Amino acid sequence: MIVAKKILIYGYGNPGRQDDGLGNALVEDLENRARQEGLDHLFFDSNYQLNIEDAANIAEMDLVIFADASTEEINDIDFTPVDESTHVAFTSHAASPGYIVNLCREIYEKTPAVYLLHIKGYEWAFKEGLTAKAYKNLELASSFIQSKIKEADHLIESFHQIKIT
Amino acid sequence: MEKKITIEPVTRVEGHGKVTIYIDDEGNISQSRLHIVEFRGFERFVQGRPYWEAPVLVQRLCGICPVSHHLAAAKALDVIVGAGTGDGLTPTGEKMRRLMHYGQMFQSHALHFFHLVSPDLLFGVDGDPIVRNIIGVAKKYPELAVQGVMMRKFGQEIIRATAGKKIHGTGAIPGGINKHLTQEEKESFLKGADPLNADKMISWSVDALQFLKDYHKDNKDFIDNFAAFPSSHLSLVRKDGALDLYHGVLRAVDADGKKILNDVDYQDYLNYINEEVRDWSYMKFPFLTEYGKKDGWYRVGPLARLNTCEFIPTPLAQKEFEIYKAYTNGKPNHSSMHMHWARLIELLHSAEVIKDLLNDPDLMSGELTVKGEKRNEGVGLIEAPRGTLFHHYRINEHDQISMANLIVSTTNNNQPMNEAVNHAAKQFMTGQKVITEGMMNAVEVAIRAYDPCLSCATHALGQMPLEIVLKDSSDKELDRKRR
Repeated sequence: MIVAKKILIYGYGNPGRQDDGLGNALVEDLENRARQEGLDHLFFDSNYQLNIEDAANIAEMDLVIFADASTEEINDIDFTPVDESTHVAFTSHAASPGYIVNLCREIYEKTPAVYLLHIKGYEWAFKEGLTAKAYKNLELASSFIQSKIKEADHLIESFHQIKIT
Repeated sequence: MEKKITIEPVTRVEGHGKVTIYIDDEGNISQSRLHIVEFRGFERFVQGRPYWEAPVLVQRLCGICPVSHHLAAAKALDVIVGAGTGDGLTPTGEKMRRLMHYGQMFQSHALHFFHLVSPDLLFGVDGDPIVRNIIGVAKKYPELAVQGVMMRKFGQEIIRATAGKKIHGTGAIPGGINKHLTQEEKESFLKGADPLNADKMISWSVDALQFLKDYHKDNKDFIDNFAAFPSSHLSLVRKDGALDLYHGVLRAVDADGKKILNDVDYQDYLNYINEEVRDWSYMKFPFLTEYGKKDGWYRVGPLARLNTCEFIPTPLAQKEFEIYKAYTNGKPNHSSMHMHWARLIELLHSAEVIKDLLNDPDLMSGELTVKGEKRNEGVGLIEAPRGTLFHHYRINEHDQISMANLIVSTTNNNQPMNEAVNHAAKQFMTGQKVITEGMMNAVEVAIRAYDPCLSCATHALGQMPLEIVLKDSSDKELDRKRR
C-alpha cells in the first residue's frame, strides 16, 4: 500500500497589513480546494508569525511549505529550500523558517523537507485586503503549489539530496 | 567631548527599538534613552468600523499576545452592550474567557522565559552569542528547550479551543463568548498524552521556578541588583486583594508599599492616569495624575502585580508567593531581574487556574451571552502578560467606533524601561571605551526583563541585527559594531 506523504502548508503574516496577508490567503485558498477534493494527507496552518512550537508541528511531516509575503525585489513568487539557521538575534516576532528547522532537528532529531514560498507584496499599511497586484501573485502561487504538491516525492528527494551534497 | 552609543534595533524583544547611551569625556553615563521609532496609528485604523468587529481587528496589534487585545476590546464592548463592567457576564461567558486568557498568559510567559531569558541565564549575559540562544539551549539542555516548546504549544491549544482559531480568534464577543468547551477538548487538556496535559504543565512550571531559584542562589548579586531601582507599581487586583489577571479594580502602591491608587473602578481611569509626550519617542509616558509627570510613573507586569496583590488564590503559586514576598520582608520588590521570578510564579498560577477551570462544568453548558441597555462608551482592562492593558472605545449613532484609546502594557512600562537601561548602562559601561558583546547584551537584558512589545506589527521584522554606533556629541560616528 502506498502511503501518501504528509504535507504541511503553513502561511504566516498579518492580514491587517494589506499584502502581508499573502501567506495566510494562500493557505485559505488551498485549504478550501483540498477540502473539496478530500485530500486528507494535506495539513494547513496559518499564523501571524512562526514561533517555537512550530518546531513540534513540522516534526511529524514529510514535506513542509512555508508561505510568506516578501518585501524584497523578487519575481512574483520565489520557491527555495530552507537552510537551517543559527541566526542568534532571535525575537519572537521574527523566527525564520531556518530557525524552526534547526530547532526541530535539535529537539526532535527530525529533518522534514522544508521549502519557503515567497510571494511578492506591494503595500503594507494598516488596512485589510490584498492589493490587485498581490492578488495576481496569490493566484500564481496557488497554481504553483498545486502543481508542486503533485510531485511531492520529487520535492522531498531533491531536498535531501541538496543536503547531502 | 560627549560620546553617543546607539544600539539599534534591540534584539530579542517584540519589535523595533533603539537605545542611545551618552557618555561624557570622563566615561560616565550622562543619559540613556530607549527610543520607540515606529508609529503605528492603530487607533485610527479601527475608527469608523462597526464596534462588534473590534475584538477581531485588534488582534492584529500583536502576533504574540493577540488574545489580550481580543479580550480587552471585548470587555470594553461588554460595557457598550450593557453587559456590565466586567462582572455581569454569565458564568460560562466569564469562565471561558478566563480559560482563554490564562492559556494566553501561560504560553506567553513560557515563551519568554525558556526562549528569551534562559539563554542569558544558562550561558551568561556576556556569553558567546553563537551559543547564547535557544538553539544553544537545545544543544546543551534539550529537556529545557522541549519544555518551552510544549508549554507554549499547550497554551496555544487552549487558545484555539476557546478563541476558535490561532489567528482571527472570534471566541469573545460583546456580552460574552460564542462557544462552549467540548467534552473532547476538556478530556484532551486534562488527560492528554504526556506531556500535553494540565498536570504536566503544573509540574514543569514548578520545575522552571526551581531552576530560577537555584540560579538565584548562585547569582544573588546579579539577580538582586542588576537594574534595580525603586518605583511605584500598578495593576488590577481582585476586590479582595487577590491576584486576578482577568478582572478587578485598579490599585497602585508606592515604593514603600503604601496604596496611592486605592482600588478604583477602571471605567474612570482618565480621572487618575495621564500620558506625557516627549519629542524623542513616539511612545507616550503614562503617569498617575495626582503625583505628576516626574513622580507619578509606575511599573506594570509580573513584578508590579506581585507588589500590588495580597495573595494568590491557587495553592502552589501562593506557597511560592510567600517565599518571594519573604525575600523582601513583605515590602515591594524593585529588582528588574526578579521580574522573571514573578513571571514564573504567574506561570504556575496560570497552570493551576487552567486545571481548575477545565474541571468546571460551567464551561460546557449554560448561557453564553448577556445584553442590557446599550451605552456609547466603554473601557476594558486586562492584565496582559506584559502588564495592564487599557482599551477605551466610543461609538456613534451608527454603531461605528468614533474614538479608540489604547494604552498598551509596554507604554505603561516606558519610563521603567528607560530607568532600567540607564541603570544597566551605569553598571556595565561606566568608564569603558570599547563596546563589548557583554555590554550590549546587558542593556538588552534590562529591557527584556520587561518583555516589551515595541512594534506589535509583525511583518518586515524578519531581520533583527544588533548594531551599535558610537558617536560624539557632534553626531560624528566614531565606531560601529553589528552582529
